[in-house]
This record gives sequence, structure tokens and C-alpha cells, in this order.
Amino acid sequence: MARMNMIQALNSAMDLMLGRDPDVVIIGEDVGYFGGVFRCTEGLQRKYGEHRVIDAPIAEGGIIASTIGMGVHGLRPVAEIQFADYIYPGIDQIISELARLRYRTAGDFFAPVTIRAPCGGGIRGGQTHSQSPEGIFSHVCGLKVVMPSTPYDAKGLLISAIEDDDPVVFFEPKRIYNGPFDGDPDKPATAWSSHPKGEVPDGYYSVPIGRAEVVREGEDVTILCYGTMVHVAEATAARSEVDAEIIDVRSMVPLDVGTLTKSVEKTGRCVIIHEATRFSGFGAELAATVQEECFYYLEAPITRVCGWDTPYPHAFEWEYFPGQKRLAAALDQVMSA
Amino acid sequence: MARKSRLHIPHPPARPGDRPDFGYVEISEAGEVDRPEVNSRVKHMESLAHDMVRVLDDQHAALGPWNPHLDTHELQIALRYLVLSRVFDERMLRMQRQGNISFYMQSTGEEAVSIGAAMALQPSDMLFPSYRNSGLHFARGRNPVDLMCQCLSNSKDMCKGRQMPIMYHWARGKIFSISGNLGTQFPQAVGWAMASAIKGEDAIAAAWLGEGSTAEADFHHALTFAAVYQAPVILNIVNNQWAISTFQGFAGGERRSFAARGPGYGIASIRLDGNDLLAVHAVTRWAAERARTGNGPTLIEHVTYRAAAHSTSDDPSRYRPKDEWRSWPLGDPIERLKRHMIVQGDWTEARHDKLVADVRELVDESWKEALTHGSMTEGPFLDKYELFEDVFKDIPTHLISQREQMLGFEED
Repeated sequence: MARMNMIQALNSAMDLMLGRDPDVVIIGEDVGYFGGVFRCTEGLQRKYGEHRVIDAPIAEGGIIASTIGMGVHGLRPVAEIQFADYIYPGIDQIISELARLRYRTAGDFFAPVTIRAPCGGGIRGGQTHSQSPEGIFSHVCGLKVVMPSTPYDAKGLLISAIEDDDPVVFFEPKRIYNGPFDGDPDKPATAWSSHPKGEVPDGYYSVPIGRAEVVREGEDVTILCYGTMVHVAEATAARSEVDAEIIDVRSMVPLDVGTLTKSVEKTGRCVIIHEATRFSGFGAELAATVQEECFYYLEAPITRVCGWDTPYPHAFEWEYFPGQKRLAAALDQVMSA
Repeated sequence: MARKSRLHIPHPPARPGDRPDFGYVEISEAGEVDRPEVNSRVKHMESLAHDMVRVLDDQHAALGPWNPHLDTHELQIALRYLVLSRVFDERMLRMQRQGNISFYMQSTGEEAVSIGAAMALQPSDMLFPSYRNSGLHFARGRNPVDLMCQCLSNSKDMCKGRQMPIMYHWARGKIFSISGNLGTQFPQAVGWAMASAIKGEDAIAAAWLGEGSTAEADFHHALTFAAVYQAPVILNIVNNQWAISTFQGFAGGERRSFAARGPGYGIASIRLDGNDLLAVHAVTRWAAERARTGNGPTLIEHVTYRAAAHSTSDDPSRYRPKDEWRSWPLGDPIERLKRHMIVQGDWTEARHDKLVADVRELVDESWKEALTHGSMTEGPFLDKYELFEDVFKDIPTHLISQREQMLGFEED
């Protein structure tokens, strides 16, 4: 066991998989010699060589496409997209090619590609370095989509993603790379070292894709969240008189419907929070699923707390960010219904 | 006040009712273009991107340094595949017109591009075709029945009914799946070639796309990655002059050859007569050797003509002269190879007639056999519940539940 932040945990996962499987390769902008702009691949090229940890041209479409070809030829590539906001030049290769290759060839060809992409705001990144596009990818059949909220899950889920024979889009909430940010920008930053899930095994383990986790048990209301919002929810619940049960969804696809519905059946109330914009966001899928599965248990309308339906504004980041105040108001609202 | 636009809009030399005019196609004499060593530096061979490698001359002799000197047996095999490709297309077009298949795309007039290349590559080389490369399958020995079953979406369809007709693949034959999104296979082929190099293997990749698709970002991604990593890959542009209704000028071909894009990326680039099977074979073999010996990628422009409609949903008489193909200065690839073999004394009209008759019989028999595996109206059919499979390796619970829903409707 070691204390790791999320960057170190992700690095450890890739280090381990590069060591275990000669077919694992990493490719992305600045990932090689430099070790990545967020340092996630630091030291890996030195250790495994420049033929396994490969610096790429600035062409996300080319990065994704080349990993598809590599995957078809038996490699197990991990592509880093420097910011999730930069993934769009590669989106045709992801949606039309990577996601559907197995289907269109009836299983004869597939590409076990993992796409890592730092997402989310709260870092003064403006509208091109802050997006959370998980809902775009969860809408595509054939992709698995995950977002960890802790170093422990980040390492375990990334190992699962790399080992998975299906393509996985792996979103990394960059605001919590270095510590469990609870949504209050005025508070001094906390480090992962004091968080129980900042304790990460040095060796191999995995966290299965497709399982949500109950991170706080409660009786009054279920909060469905993932990524940075898990920590916002925990901080909000800690201060609230409402006894909230918090579920870290972790995996958008496949979705662990059982864990979600079991909780809502118990609490009878549900608040969904995500940083992405609200309209047609992943929260809509969660709300629809809860409504379909738990309608007769519901005592209040399901409520969503999301990023506003605007681009992520640079100067008004904290007005945009769905923080504790907005979540607390939503909890009060569903409790008073 | 009316605006007066100064924008340049490319125009093809001839529209319906006009006399065909291929004066814009720059053609070198057969045998005239030099053949550099396979390890030549790109900057020393840039003229190859503008000239046109041709082996067969107008008298059907094979000339010059690019003559691949195929023996009689190889020539006969090539001719048989060319004829098979054309006869297969004719048959399947008829079947589409009669309503037996939903859609079809012919390779007519550009068969040599696929057959010549496939014969110059090794069986371990991976091919990433576009949709007018069915000849790659024939040249790798694929049973025509398999392709017909795909077009029929019947119980033996290798795609299990998930793709439109002609979007074949063949894992064992190392031929990749065809996508309806154009050009996507180009950078994928580069990735495959990069993996081959990473693994230290000898196998190379080859990919094809139309000149129209060179406008897609994927084309440029492929060239960038191929150049940066010196990937062992052959990137083929099939310039058949037409992308549905837009002539090659709309992809940027008005002032410069498509092959000329390669040297800008630092890639060896060769323009050739795509209706000359010997030129296609020779240049592909050169490019394969260049790739296999670690000298990097090659971009090849095959100058040819799309003699048929874009697809069965297209009517080219609406946008180009009806008989344009007859004026195509590079002729018909089958006729040219046949004449060459006759001139060499290896072939006769009578033997050719026999070949065509044999191939027709094979295609007829294949069609009959394909139908035994089902048609669009008669079984055996594919299992429709398999439509939920292969989205993921293992079928997830939400798809199991949707399959049950569909099953419920069937039972009503």
C-alpha cells in the first residue's frame, strides 16, 4: 500500500500494465519524453522505451485511428487525449469505427482501445479545457464509459479498462487529480493522503467496470453522482440535516442499475448531480432509469443539479460549477415535496 | 445591387450532352518513367508524383524499367481475376435490378487497381479496402459465394446482416472491414503498420480510398502518421475521376496530381496508369519492398475511370456524358491485359472466350449456392436475436432485457 494521488495511481496502473503485457502501448500528445502535461505518464517512456510510450502528432483523429489499427493487429493501446475538450477531432473514429467495429464484423475484428481524457472544470480552463462530455459517449452503443472519483478507483478501473476487449472511454476529473475537491474554491486544497481511497496498493488489482458504489449510506434521499461531484456530495451531506445516501455511479456504460434502484427504493427520493450541462446530459438517462424502475417508491420528483446549459465560462467558473449550495437546495427541495 | 462573386467553382470538362474531354489527364509514354531504387530519398524522386508510370504501350507491349516481367501463368491468373471481378459485378448489378439484393457498387473499369496490387503483396500483408476494391477478395482466393451471401444478408453473411451489401471483410484473408464513412480506413491502416513495426514483424499494410476522400481529415492524419513514424504502409488513392457527381477537381485535383500531396509530407509518391495491371503490380511491389526494408511509406495515385454508376442508387447520366468511358484515354484494364497477352503469344481470343464462359459459369453456380443459404425473402434467415450480439464482447444486461422485449413482440 502507498499513498497516491490520482495522477500517481493512473501512472501506477499504466506502469503495471506495460510491465505485465508486452502488447500494451501508450500514445498521445506529450505523453512520452515529457510524461504528459498532467504528468500521468511520467517516467514510463524512460522505463519502457519510446516504442511503447509514444509521443504523437497533434491530431486526435489520427491518434484514435492509429490505435484502432494497432488494436486490430493485436496491441492493447491506451490513447491519451490531452483534454476531453480535444476529443472531437477523433469523434468519427470513436463513434463510427472503434465503437462499432466488433458489431459490423460480427466479432471478427475488434480493437481493445482505452481512451483516457482529463475532463471537468474548476481549473480556470475556460470553455475549451473544462468540459465533461461523458453523455456524448454514453449515447454511443459499443463504448464503455467510466469516470473514477478516487485514486483507488482510478487505478483499479484503468487496469480493468486496459484489460477489457471492448473500447473504454476513461474520463479523469482533473480537478481531483491532486486532492478530493469538495466544490469550495475558497477552502485550502486537501490532499489525497488524508482520504481513505488515497491508499492504493502498489501491485495489481482491479475495480470492475459496470459497478456503482455506495460511498455514504443514508435513509432520506439518494444522490447519484460521479467524478468530482462525489466529493461535493459528501461535503454537502456532511453539513446537511438530510441523511443522504451517496452513490458513485463510476461507470456510465454499463450502468449498474441494481445498485441505483435498490437505494432509491429505500430512500424514495433522488437527486442527480453532474458537472456536465443538463439538457440531454447523462443525468437525464439516470432520471429516466430511476423513474422507470422506482416510480412507485418515489415520494418526490427526481431533481437534477448540473452545469448550466452554457459553455463553461472562464470568469464565472464558480457560478457555473454545481457546488454544495445548489446541491443543498436540491436536497431541501426534494425533502419538502 | 446584385453581388458579383469572384469565387472559383471547379467545373468538369464535360457535362451531359457535351463531348467527353479528357485533355486534362497528363499521360506519360509507356516505359518512359525512371524506376528509382527502393531506398531512394523522397526529394530525389518527386517527379514520380507528377509523371505517370505506364508499362503497357498502345501496341500492347510491356516496356521500360517498371515492367514486372510476370510469367505467363501469373498473367493468366491476373486476367482471370479481372474477368471474375467484372462478371461478378455484372451479375450482382442484375440481381439488384431484379430486387434480389438491396444495393450494389461495381468496380467496373478499375479492376486492375485491386487485382494488380493484391498479387504484388504477401498473404500476411493486411489490406484496408474502400468499397470499390472487391478485387482484393478475388485475388486472395475468396469464394464468390461468401461475397454473395453478404450481399444477400442471408444466414451465411459474414456480417450477420449488419452491413449494406459489398461492405465485406475477411479476417482469415487479412482483408479489413469496409466502412461507409469514407477514408476512415486510411489512418487505421497506418496504425496497423505501426503495430507491425513495433512488433518487429515483416508484414505491411495497404489501404485504398477514392480521390474524393482525400479531402477528409483522415487522409491527412494517415499521411502525417505514416511519415512521422515511417510506417510500413502503402497508401493508395484511386483517382477514378468521379466522386458520385463531383469530378476530381472538387477534391483539389485541378492544378496538381493527388500523388503530389505525398512529397509535401515527406512520403515517396508515385502516379500511375491504374488501367495498366502491370504498372499497378510493379509499383505496388516496389512500394512493398520499400516498406518491408524499413524505408517507409509510399503514396500511390492510380489514375483510372469509374465506368459504372457510383452505386445502384446513382444515375451518372444526370451529371456526365453518357458514353464518357469510351473516350477514357487509358482504356479498359481487361482489354489491355488481354491484348498484351495475345501480342505476346500467350493468349488467343478463343481462350479468352472460354475463360469468360468458365467464369460466368462459376458465378452462376456460386449464385445458386449462395441462395441455398437464404435470400432476402426465402430462408434460411439469420437469427434476428443476434442483432444484440457483438455490440460488446459479452452481452450486457440492458441488451439482454431489450432482446427480451423484442422477443415479447414476436410472441404477440
